[in-house]
Amino acid sequence: MTRLLSLAKALLDRALAVPERRRRRAFEVGLDVVEVEAVEAALRSRSSVRYLELVYSRQERADSTDDAGRIEASRLAARFAAKEAVMKALGAQDLPWRSIEVLRAADGRPSVRLTGRAAAWAAHEGLRRFSISLTHEPTFAAAVAVVTA
Amino acid sequence: MKDRIRNVLGAHGRLPVSVDALDDDANLYSAGMTSHASVNVMLALEEEFDVEFPDAMLTRNAFESIDSIATSLVTLGVA
Repeated sequence: MTRLLSLAKALLDRALAVPERRRRRAFEVGLDVVEVEAVEAALRSRSSVRYLELVYSRQERADSTDDAGRIEASRLAARFAAKEAVMKALGAQDLPWRSIEVLRAADGRPSVRLTGRAAAWAAHEGLRRFSISLTHEPTFAAAVAVVTA
Repeated sequence: MKDRIRNVLGAHGRLPVSVDALDDDANLYSAGMTSHASVNVMLALEEEFDVEFPDAMLTRNAFESIDSIATSLVTLGVA
């Protein structure tokens, strides 16, 4: 009986075995938190236009603007957190912020679109699917990214 | 130049420690500077030194210490 159990366990272990590289790349997670005040400071600065154009796409800026046409710092902060979370999940810290774009579907669900260096890096790493979740409060915004092959 | 960099870091780096306590080669991220604060610092440096960092220089490494910031500014022609 003991031998049978050992054999069954060995067979199960073998069936579940995944090559090291695939297991390591099955999914990656990134997390980031941003102080909303840091975004507000950038928006107050003389370089606010440069800040917006350097970090955020036109669509991201539109998605962060309220009905009265005012940019909401907390929404930008959530998007910045998402970009950093994706970078962490990709294992690359020096990707241009604009090459990671946070989109919002009609139902409000966020998604990620990569371009340029970020897209090239993800392809190189064999990572294709991205899931993100954003949240923001008056003082902090945060995001989690899960990246899978 | 490094005194001006320190002033910018003190005003915009959101460091949890005094910038005076940091050596020129101290890692600013290890000292508590966040990624977004590095953007605030970069924008303030552009105003302070009247330069614009090209995309290729907007890397984490370029802003990781007072020494690396100074090197970047020298590359842009700041004396």
